[in-house]
Amino acid sequence: MSAERVAVLAGGRSPEREVSLRSGHRVMTALRSRGFDAFVVDPTEQPLVEALSAAPISACYVALHGKEGEDGTVQRLLELLDVPYTGTPPYGCETTFDKVLAKDVLSAAGIPTPPWAVVEAAALRDLGAGAILHRLAERVSLPAVVKPSRAGSAMGLTFVEREADLPHAVMNALSFSEAAIVEHRIDGTEVAASMLGSPDDALPLVEVTPKSGVYDYAARYTAGATEYHAPARLDPDVTARVQAVAAHTFRALGQRDVSRADVLVAGDGTPWVVDVNVSPGMTDTSLLPMAAQAAGIAFADLCERVLRLALIRGA
Amino acid sequence: MAEFNVDPYVDLYARRTGGMSASEVRALFAVASRPEVVSFAGGMPYVQAIPMEHVVEIMEGVLMEKGDVALQYGDGQGSPALRERLCMLMAEEGTIADPEDMVVTTGAQQALDLVGKVLIDPGDLIAVEAPAYVGALSAFSAYEPRYLQIELDDEGMVVERLEDALVRGERPKFVYTVPNFHNPAGVTMSGRRREQLVALCREAHIPIVEDNPYGLLRFEGDMEPTLRSLDPQNVIYLGTVSKVFSPGVRVGWTLAEPGVLQRLVLAKEAADLCGSNLNMLLTERYLAGDAWRSNLARLVGTYRRRRDVMLAALAERFPSDATWTQPAGGFYVWVTLPSYIDTRALLAAAVERRVAYVPGTAFYPDGRGTDTMRLAYCYPTEDRIEEGVKRLGELLADEEELYRSLSR
Repeated sequence: MSAERVAVLAGGRSPEREVSLRSGHRVMTALRSRGFDAFVVDPTEQPLVEALSAAPISACYVALHGKEGEDGTVQRLLELLDVPYTGTPPYGCETTFDKVLAKDVLSAAGIPTPPWAVVEAAALRDLGAGAILHRLAERVSLPAVVKPSRAGSAMGLTFVEREADLPHAVMNALSFSEAAIVEHRIDGTEVAASMLGSPDDALPLVEVTPKSGVYDYAARYTAGATEYHAPARLDPDVTARVQAVAAHTFRALGQRDVSRADVLVAGDGTPWVVDVNVSPGMTDTSLLPMAAQAAGIAFADLCERVLRLALIRGA
Repeated sequence: MAEFNVDPYVDLYARRTGGMSASEVRALFAVASRPEVVSFAGGMPYVQAIPMEHVVEIMEGVLMEKGDVALQYGDGQGSPALRERLCMLMAEEGTIADPEDMVVTTGAQQALDLVGKVLIDPGDLIAVEAPAYVGALSAFSAYEPRYLQIELDDEGMVVERLEDALVRGERPKFVYTVPNFHNPAGVTMSGRRREQLVALCREAHIPIVEDNPYGLLRFEGDMEPTLRSLDPQNVIYLGTVSKVFSPGVRVGWTLAEPGVLQRLVLAKEAADLCGSNLNMLLTERYLAGDAWRSNLARLVGTYRRRRDVMLAALAERFPSDATWTQPAGGFYVWVTLPSYIDTRALLAAAVERRVAYVPGTAFYPDGRGTDTMRLAYCYPTEDRIEEGVKRLGELLADEEELYRSLSR
């Protein structure tokens, strides 16, 4: 029997194109080492439908990041094409990727997420929302993190200490997205809570300590710029609490196969969920592979396990 | 188990790599290079204008007649015949040069690295223009200098500012300048300023590093003398065939006095033994005929039309409170926007609208220039330039509206 053909979707037009290509090529190499006929398909190089129709494939591994890859667009298309794919189905993608929606879902489910407010470009342009910007600062209480509603890799993210810096931060975030989230900044230990397979299979938490103090784009993708501890140096009961909240998040947002929730653990042990990813990074500095490794799962095993979940659905 | 080291060598890296880090802007360029994006970002020569059959013919001759040389190691200084040709190229701008004073480098970019290697000790002060060519800053920064930044205006480097600094007691090791059609600012140093700079540096015993990649790409006006021709003893001159022929052959050169040259040659040999004989032979033969002149003239005509289209489009599409330079040659227009614009943040939105530029902060070692951008008109066709400037103009109009609504 010949090897199963697997298209690893990576690249795309989003600002995270480069990160995605790095993830995709690592996944491809790993799957090849496990005997799969894996190859990278970049939807910007060739229309996806065309690429996937050329020859029958067994499944798609979704390693796209950012818009198109994480907002459900690609997933809907794959459903239509009847191609099994890894990760979260369209609706879960849509709600998770859009932080405006995700925050509402989390909050309604009783999952701790820091106080926030939404500023939409349209409301500023057409409805005069700029006049009430100060109220926003009161609502979330500074310091705050201002971030685009639909972007990843900490792009367009600004920390704001003073109200006077809010307009600039909002403009910065709106460069990436039509809406900005202004979120109260929690002071605490930053951890990544990853899931593999089902929410009951939490991987060890990864603790993130950027040397610059800020886990921004440079701290994420420059090797050595951040210290990682896995498992995180937390009390066992706090770890259990974080994992329970992450599992709850996974279910509430309708996620599947893999996921990563970024959590800030406050001094009192409260795990505040600040971001959730449907297509966690798979680069050499990414958190999900680290969590897997801490659980004794090598990178190639991680990729194969995720892929097999899709293959079973297609069988 | 506990601590994860994504990079096991992290404690071993030399201090000079400290500034090398991943950046959002760099990541965005991965998208900006997609064909659907009108890119004003890279300063890529329009090599499509070089007749390929002509190059093929030369290359065939090189391999048939001198294949054994082409495929062999070569002279660390570069072959005498090529150096001769490059001296003739310099004569086009009135610079008298002796092939003995020249070392051929892998593009002028290698020359920048060699100059840094030979002249900069950690902590040394060096004078650069503000803004300055980003490639020079990255080459020099590996040698850990401090920067003295000298303002530019429409006449190039404001030499009085350099003089003020010298009076204050600052002692730069050398002054680095791009006098013609500046990258990124697009301005050209006036004759008056050239005289002034050369006199000041000669008196203060501070060598000038003159980087002149664009000198032969003049659209209008009279040629200014090279700094090297004004003071051969005190000017280290950097040239390249990247803009008159091809950046793909990686042929540049440095002209310097014997003492400096000796060290540059030794440093060059230590870095890569010698340049590519194959490429050097191709370049030598390309410059030997007369075709290069007509090719260049045609190329300059193309760049001039593109510049015209860009300047007209800017006047039509950009906000009234934006200003920009009027290049008389070269590749770049430098735009200064209202101060509420942060061109780094704006780049994501620009790429989303399928247009790209280089944020101005790249050209300042100290993070200034957030309200500036460099636009290169050399590569996109005229209608693409119009379309790209239109897209940027619309984006800037939307940003202005957003800013007004936020500062109500």
